[in-house]
Amino acid sequence: MRDFESKGQRFVALCLLGMLLFNYPILALFNVSGALLGVPVLYVYMFVAWAALIALMAWIAESGR
Amino acid sequence: MLHGTTIILISFGYLGLLFAIAYFADERADAGRSVIASPYVYSLSLAVYATAWTFYGSVGRAASDGVGFLPIYIGPTLMIALWWVVLRKILRISKQNRITSLADFIASRYGKSALLGGLVTVIAVIGILPYISLQLKAVSNSFAILVQYPEIIMPDKVGATSFREDAALWMALILAAFTIAFGTRHLDAAEHHQGMVAAIAFESLVKLLAFLAVGAYVTFGIYDGVGDLFARAAAVPRLQAMMTPLEGVAGGYANWAWLTILSMMAIMFLPRQFQVAVVENVDEKHLNKAIWLFPLYMLAINIFVLPIAFGGLLRFPDGSVDADTFVLTLPMAEKHELLALLVFIGGLSAATGMIIVETIALSTMVCNDLVMPVLLRLRRLRLNERPDLTGLLLGIRRGAIVLILILGYVYFRVAGEAYALVSIGLISFAAVAQFAPAILGGIFWKGGTRAGALWGLSAGFAIWLYTLLLPALARSGWVPLGLLDEGPFGIALLKPLQLFGLAGLDSISHAMIWSMIANVGAYVGVSLSASPSADEHRQASVFVDVFRQTGEGGGARFWRGTASVPDLYSLLARFLGTATADSAFADYASARGLAWPDPALVADAELVHYVEVQLAGAIGGASARIMMASVVKEETLSIDEVRAILDEASQVVVYSHRLELKSRELEAATAELREANERLKELDRLKDDFVSTVTHELRTPLTSIRAFTEILLDDPEVEIGQRRKFLGIITKETERLTRLINQVLDLAKIESGNAEWIETSIDLKDVISDTLGAMDQVFNEKRIGVTARLPDKVPPVTADLDRMIQVMLNLLSNAAKFCDPANGRVEIALTERNSSLQVDVRDNGRGISPEHQAELFSKFHQVGDKLTDKPHGSGLGLHISRQIIEHFGGRLWVESDLGRGACFSFTVPTGAASRAGAAPGMRQ
Repeated sequence: MRDFESKGQRFVALCLLGMLLFNYPILALFNVSGALLGVPVLYVYMFVAWAALIALMAWIAESGR
Repeated sequence: MLHGTTIILISFGYLGLLFAIAYFADERADAGRSVIASPYVYSLSLAVYATAWTFYGSVGRAASDGVGFLPIYIGPTLMIALWWVVLRKILRISKQNRITSLADFIASRYGKSALLGGLVTVIAVIGILPYISLQLKAVSNSFAILVQYPEIIMPDKVGATSFREDAALWMALILAAFTIAFGTRHLDAAEHHQGMVAAIAFESLVKLLAFLAVGAYVTFGIYDGVGDLFARAAAVPRLQAMMTPLEGVAGGYANWAWLTILSMMAIMFLPRQFQVAVVENVDEKHLNKAIWLFPLYMLAINIFVLPIAFGGLLRFPDGSVDADTFVLTLPMAEKHELLALLVFIGGLSAATGMIIVETIALSTMVCNDLVMPVLLRLRRLRLNERPDLTGLLLGIRRGAIVLILILGYVYFRVAGEAYALVSIGLISFAAVAQFAPAILGGIFWKGGTRAGALWGLSAGFAIWLYTLLLPALARSGWVPLGLLDEGPFGIALLKPLQLFGLAGLDSISHAMIWSMIANVGAYVGVSLSASPSADEHRQASVFVDVFRQTGEGGGARFWRGTASVPDLYSLLARFLGTATADSAFADYASARGLAWPDPALVADAELVHYVEVQLAGAIGGASARIMMASVVKEETLSIDEVRAILDEASQVVVYSHRLELKSRELEAATAELREANERLKELDRLKDDFVSTVTHELRTPLTSIRAFTEILLDDPEVEIGQRRKFLGIITKETERLTRLINQVLDLAKIESGNAEWIETSIDLKDVISDTLGAMDQVFNEKRIGVTARLPDKVPPVTADLDRMIQVMLNLLSNAAKFCDPANGRVEIALTERNSSLQVDVRDNGRGISPEHQAELFSKFHQVGDKLTDKPHGSGLGLHISRQIIEHFGGRLWVESDLGRGACFSFTVPTGAASRAGAAPGMRQ
C-alpha cells in the first residue's frame, strides 16, 4: 500500500509540474520570436516539454512492479 | 477516378470491415478468448477522444491561432497524470457497484437518486448532441469536397445538394445499425461491448496512420522538411505574427489556462470517455500502460498539425479554402488521389468512432436513468408483473440509439452551418465540465449531498445555457442578435457574453468562470447547509472509502430486512433473462460452497446486495433500488443507525490499530523484562558469591580465635609469654572481625542508599595531612619513606570529611601493605585540574597486572593467589572507596605495570561543580 501511495504522490507532483510548465510565467519565457533548427521557439518548447512529461509519466507508471 | 460511387463503395467497404472486426471480437469474447484484454487495445480505445474535430479541426484552429489548439491535448495529459489517483478510484467504485454510465455514477453516489440521474442524462444529451452532429457534418463535408476532385470547391459554394445531405443520413443510419448490433447485442450486467471496443481501437490506428501520412507528405513531400516550411511561412508577415501567438491572437494566457482546465475535465467526463475508460475497462492494471501510451498517441496525432496548417496557408493564400479542410485539400491540390482517399477514411474513422461510443453511452443513460425510472414508477403499466423485461430494456436502448442519431442529423440539417467545428466541440466540453464538482467532490468528500449536487448541476447548466448555447442560437438567427449586443430587456449587466460586465475573455473562458463559480458554490453551499439522509450517508461512505473495503459486499452491511431467494431470482431473471440470472446465482452459490439451486441458500443481506448490484449493471442504480423495494421487505435504516454502522467500522479500524500498537509495546516490554531478569540472575549469583565470601572471611578469624582460646582453656600451664602472644592474636583477630563486619554494614548502607552523608566544605590538603599523621606509626614501623607534594592552597570541595578520611586511609594502608618490603616508598600528590582536585597515591610494590586491575574494585577481591598468600585485608576497602568517591561525583582508578608499583588516583569536583547541590536532602 505504501508503494501505491508514493506512486500517487509522484503523479500529483508531476501534474503540478505540468501545470507550471504550460502556464503563464514559464510559457511567456518561450513566447518569443526566433527559431530553433528552423522551428519557432514556442513550438519546439511545447512539444519537447510535452514529450518530457509523457516520459516521466511512463517512468512513474512502469516503475515499482 | 475518384467518383462519388467509388468513394461510397470504399466507405461502405470500410464500415463493413468494422462490422467484421467487431463480430470477430465478440465471437472471440464468447469463446472466452478476449482480444481486448490488453493494455494496448485499452489505450487505443481511449483515443476515441480524437474525433473528426481533432482530425480536421485542429488544423483549422492552428491556422488561425498557432498553438491555440494544443491545450485541448495538453490538458488531458495533465489530467491523466492524476488518473492513478482519480480514475483508479472511479474504476474501483464502478466495478464494485456495477456502474455503467456517468449518470448512474452520480445518481448512485448521492443516495441512488433517480432525479439526479435524469438531470445528468438531460445535460449530457443536450450538451453532446451538437458534438454528434459535428461529426456528421465533418463526414458529409469531406465527402462533398472529395467528390469534386480534381476541383477544390468548398461545400457551401456548391449549395445544399441532396446528395451531400443523403450521405450524412446514410452515415447516421449505418452507424445506428452498427451501434445496435454491437452495443445492444444482449444484456450484460457488466456492460462490456468487446466487439465495439475492438472496432474503436482499430479506428484509432487508422486515423493516426492517415494523419501521420498526410503530415509527412505535406512536410517532406510538398516542402523540404520542417525547417523549410517554417522558413517560408516566416517570410509572410501575417504568418510570422502567428509564431508567438499567445499575447494577441489566442486571447492571452487566461484563455489558454481555461482551455486547459476545460480539456482536463472533458477527458474525464465526456460520456464516451467514461464509457471506454471505465465501463469497458476489463482490468485495472491496464491503467499503467494507458497512462503514458494515450498521451503519447495525442502527441503523435498533433505533431504535424502546425506544418499542415502553415502548408495550407502557404498553398491557398487567398483564403478561398476553409482551413478546417486543409488535411484533405492539400493532397487533392497535389493530385495525390490515394492519399486524399486515405485522409477521407481517417476522418471517417475519427467521426464514426466518436459517434458509436457516444451513442452507446448516451443510450445507456437514457434507458437506465431517464426512461426506466419513469416506467417503473408508472403502476398502470404493471411492469412488475411481466415475466421477462430484457426485450423491453433492449428495445428502449435501440430506440434511444436511433433517436439520438436522428436528432444529431436533424441538428446538423438545421443548425450545422452556423459555426466552425471547433466552437461546437468546446461548447460540448463546457457542458460535461459541469459534472466535475459532483463527481470529484463525490469521490473525495463525504459531505456532498444530493441536494448540493442537484443545485450545483442545475446552476452550472443554467449558466452554460445562457452564456454558450443562447449566443450560439442567436448566431444561427433563432434568437434576435440584439440579445447579445444589448442584453435582455436592455440590461447591459446581463449580456450573455459579458455577464456582470466581465469582458476581455473568449466566450468559453467567460462561460467556464461563471458556470464553475455557480456550480461549485451551489454544490458546496447547499451540501453544507443541510445534513444528508441515511441513504446519502451510506453511499458517500461506499464511494469515498472504496479502497478500505474488500470484495463486493461493501454495501451489504447497511441492509436489514427480509427477502426470499425465489423472489430475488425471478426479479433478476426478468431483467437479465433466465440464463444470465442462473449463472449469476450459480456464481454466488459456488463462492459459498453451495450448488444452485440449493435450499440452503439464504436470502441474507449479502445476497440481496449481490442481486441489487447485478441489477444495477443492467438498469442503473436508481432503477435497481426501486425494483428491489418491490420484492424485498426492507427495514429503513435511520440516519443514526447508518452512522452507528459506519462508526462501528471505523472503530474496528481504530481498535486494530491500537491492538497492533499494544502488541508492539508488549514485545518491547517482554524484551525489557528478559533483560531485567538476566540482570537479576546475575545479581543473585553475585549475592550468593558475596554471602559465601563473607562467610569465608568471617570464619578465618573465628577459626584462629577459637583455636587459641581452646589452647588457653585446655592448657592452664601455658607460659605467660606464650599466653600474652596468644591473647594478642585473639584481640587482633577480633578487631579484624569487627572491622570486617563494620565494612559489610557500611557497604550495605551505601549500596541501599541509606548511608548518612554529612556534607561540608572541606580542604583536601588537611584531609591528606591528617591521614598521614594517623598513619605515621605504620609507615615508621615498616620503614617506609613517605613524600607528599601538596600545593599551598587548593579550592575546597564539598564532601563528607569522615568518608574522605576513610578513602585516604584505605589507599594509604594499601600502599603501606603492598610497597616494597625492603625499601618501601610511598608518594602522595595533590593537583588541581579543570574544576576538580586529583589525589595520586603511588607505591613501589610489585604492581598489578592489567587483567587484575578491573576486578580490583569488585567486592572481596584480594590481590595475590588465594591459596598461598595470606589475605592482607577484607577485600572490601577499594570497593567502598570507589562508591564513596563516585557518590561525590568523582572517579577512582588505578594505573600500574607489573613490577613497577601502582598508582591509585581519585578526583573530586571542586566547589559548585560538586554534586552537593544535586542532592540537597542529604545535607545535614
